[in-house]
Amino acid sequence: MDTQNYLQDLKEIKDLMNKSSQFISLSGLSGILAGIYALIGAGVAYYLIENHDGYYITLESSTFKLILLTAALVLVASLLTAYLCTINKAKKVGEKVWNASSKRLLINFFIPLVTGGIFAILLLKNGYYGLVAPITLVFYGLACVNASKYTLRDVRYLGITEIILGLLAVEFSGYGLYFWVLGFGVCHIVYGTVMHFKYDRK
Amino acid sequence: MVNESADFTTLKELLGVTDGNLASHAKALENDNYIIVEKQFIGKKPNTSYKATEAGRKAFREHIDALEKLIQKS
Repeated sequence: MDTQNYLQDLKEIKDLMNKSSQFISLSGLSGILAGIYALIGAGVAYYLIENHDGYYITLESSTFKLILLTAALVLVASLLTAYLCTINKAKKVGEKVWNASSKRLLINFFIPLVTGGIFAILLLKNGYYGLVAPITLVFYGLACVNASKYTLRDVRYLGITEIILGLLAVEFSGYGLYFWVLGFGVCHIVYGTVMHFKYDRK
Repeated sequence: MVNESADFTTLKELLGVTDGNLASHAKALENDNYIIVEKQFIGKKPNTSYKATEAGRKAFREHIDALEKLIQKS
């Protein structure tokens, strides 16, 4: 029956509309790996805190610098993994990694993210330590919600979850590391798994 | 509308067609006043971009509606 052709037509039109505005090569696998890196990093940070020689961890202490280094390594590893996984998936799907959609995705992701990063550094500088973890989670969540318009929709829900976690973290000041474990570790693994089974295995 | 406008190269990549194929389809759409063609120079390189007209958007919506009706009929 001709219905098959019409369905096919509609499907092709819908696919083209999505493909031209959304970057679909975002890989769920990179989310899972980023979550694992975050959990490892949190483990290292916990160990560093436990073995710190003093009551408070000051900004000048080697412990703090090592924690910062750990966080930076987790970030770099996550970005590198995401980049490699994305190139891999783009090849399979036939999308170019660097196109109008991915450019819009990156710009709209980085604006809130960099804002949050600067905000967090300023908070540290001015002694509002309790707000650093919540702020990073909230702005990361906002960055995800903003970027989700230009890529797979599930990123939007990840963003909302991070925002809620960040807001809760304000009330539980002092448990920043645990909220980071939840937000950057567990959430990434969960959403990464969902996205992997939804999209990566077509 | 999903995109406000699209340029020649983006469309060519997206649809996977040849230059000539895309150009002739674009000409046909332009002749029917469904799209407008904007040619400009970006630095030294010529750049052609296309925008849907109100008539074009209407025709597209009607096309989608017609397809959906045909599918529902069976």
